[in-house]
Amino acid sequence: MATAREVSDRAARRDVRDRWLLSAPALIVIFFAAIGPLFVMLAYSFMAKGDYGDVKFGQFSLDGWFSVFLQRDIFDDTITLADAHLSIFWRSVRLSVITTVLTIALGFPTAYFIATRPRHTREIWVFLVTIPFWTNLLIRTFAMQEVIRNEGILNTLLIRLGIIAQPLQIMYTDAAILFGMVYVYLPLMVLPLYASMEKLDFRLVEAGYDLYAGRLQVLRRVIFPLVKPGVIAGSILVFIPSLGAYVIPRVLGGGKNMMLGNLIEMQFGAGRNWPLGAAISITLMAIVMVALLFYVRNTARSGAGHG
Amino acid sequence: MPKPEGVQEKRIAVEARGITKIFGAGENALRALDNVSVSIRQNEFFTLLGPSGCGKTTLLRLIAGFEYPSEGAILLDGTDIATLPPFKRPVNTVFQSYALFPHLTVAQNIAFGLEMLGKPRAEINARVAQMLKLVQMEELGQRRTDQISGGQAQRVALARALAPSPKVLLLDEPLSALDYKLRKEMQIELKRMQHETGITFIFVTHDQEEALTMSDRIAVMSKGKILQIGGPRDIYERPSDRFVANFIGETNFIDAEIDGATGGAAAVIARLPGGAQIAAGVPDGMVPRGRVAIVVRPEHAVLARPDEGGQLRGTVENVVYSGTDTHFHVRLDGGNPFVVRSQNRRGTEAAFAAGDPVAVRIQDGAAQVLRD
Repeated sequence: MATAREVSDRAARRDVRDRWLLSAPALIVIFFAAIGPLFVMLAYSFMAKGDYGDVKFGQFSLDGWFSVFLQRDIFDDTITLADAHLSIFWRSVRLSVITTVLTIALGFPTAYFIATRPRHTREIWVFLVTIPFWTNLLIRTFAMQEVIRNEGILNTLLIRLGIIAQPLQIMYTDAAILFGMVYVYLPLMVLPLYASMEKLDFRLVEAGYDLYAGRLQVLRRVIFPLVKPGVIAGSILVFIPSLGAYVIPRVLGGGKNMMLGNLIEMQFGAGRNWPLGAAISITLMAIVMVALLFYVRNTARSGAGHG
Repeated sequence: MPKPEGVQEKRIAVEARGITKIFGAGENALRALDNVSVSIRQNEFFTLLGPSGCGKTTLLRLIAGFEYPSEGAILLDGTDIATLPPFKRPVNTVFQSYALFPHLTVAQNIAFGLEMLGKPRAEINARVAQMLKLVQMEELGQRRTDQISGGQAQRVALARALAPSPKVLLLDEPLSALDYKLRKEMQIELKRMQHETGITFIFVTHDQEEALTMSDRIAVMSKGKILQIGGPRDIYERPSDRFVANFIGETNFIDAEIDGATGGAAAVIARLPGGAQIAAGVPDGMVPRGRVAIVVRPEHAVLARPDEGGQLRGTVENVVYSGTDTHFHVRLDGGNPFVVRSQNRRGTEAAFAAGDPVAVRIQDGAAQVLRD
């Protein structure tokens, strides 16, 4: 006869085994579909490039990683920083940060407006915010081009109103990319902001006013700290895809104003340098991770208890 | 600071003049306050008492500045503040829900108002320590607001509102979320704090017992109007209005007749059903004549045997023992009910049983004519 202790131990072991068996199919799919390709990319980044794309299997090389930030002069072999790459990195980070800040600036009042509507009309507003998602990103980007190009809606309007005499050259500049990214990613900021603002207890706002806080101070000292989780969630949702944006800089930025996504695409395409493309991709991931860690630490420090 | 005794002319802290507040418009318009005027004195514990929906909280919110009156003026120390935003009024509120800031500690909550006023850090710290001591929470300043009990949250809300030394403290049913015992404790605490700080308290409640226990004066409200203003004893013993008499404590209503008008007197002789006559108090400014209703509190009457004499006669229908008291439910000869409450003392038994014929003796000065 087994003792009660043995029976219970056996049951616990079976429990653990069953749990692994039941989740095995999902774990296998996740490994091969999500994590596996990352390892392939990591491996490729350490191989020599093939002559017509691809890589030479089994030939270890650091050339890919070397070329991410550095370049070697073809004539005298001096090593210098790869200015072209650095400026693309810098543009990507800069435009992504500006996009995040602009979407917060535009999304905050929007979300506040929706959260302060009567309950039954809020759903309509949220629904309206999601409408752009119904259309393909590429189509929306071309639509934005129609707005900002020299003969576009914006310039025509400004000239008709007599504000400018010559059309503003917005297309094929960083400003064009910003226009596009703010437009495309704004809903991703509004939705999480609204979600946390809807939970905001407006009696706390009254308490703030009661304790001599003016409108700006209530915003800064009461509302903002309370909806901070929404601001952070929205920032993550906007910053990460901005950093890797491909379609928007391609269509609106033209060939000169590349972002990381375009640089990577180029290495796998016309550039025929897969190891470099893989290395840049992993670098991009590292930047995202550092940014995420920064965000998470920031929340953990100040948002403890009501995250 | 001790209150000066016998001083009749006290300065007015807050005055509402002809306040009307209408919410909404058109058919859905709701008249929450209807031409309400009231003067609240300096250093007074003033209570707005009434059932829910009577407008008491609206009046409080108008004084705080969360709402603006449709008509009328609100004077604080003589200046009209009715159009000032809440953050420009030297008035603080203890909210029913407490509304403590969840992202701040207890001490930071208390410091909030002082910081907004731009006080120097050292002064703020000293004041916060002083406030924590006042509400007996010295040890808990660094706690988060979700780490304290409901009673403690109540104390923090109080300390936060008192910290900037407001001219007037508004309390919106602050004790309603506490259990009975804690509520009793806080009632005494609140009185103590009001006494120690010397700040005018305006307290909103629907609990008549709470109002009677704590207040210097009470305004009884119903349907957007103030029906009666007076001290707890005035309100309880000399209600001017049927609603007031009914809302506060148990009451007997008797129909009576007044023969001769004695204009402007504080008391009249009323003839009760059965023919007995009784002196009854009259509300200010009323000249009663003809049929009136008079009111007598159950503990202001005693039962006697029919041959001993009393103003009313009837039969005991029911005797209810309730610990401290015994209630005798009497059916008067005219058919109306009348309740007599007598305090139970050691060694005395209920002297009357159901079915006994009795006389009801109303104590001198206990009868009061109602305005309606």
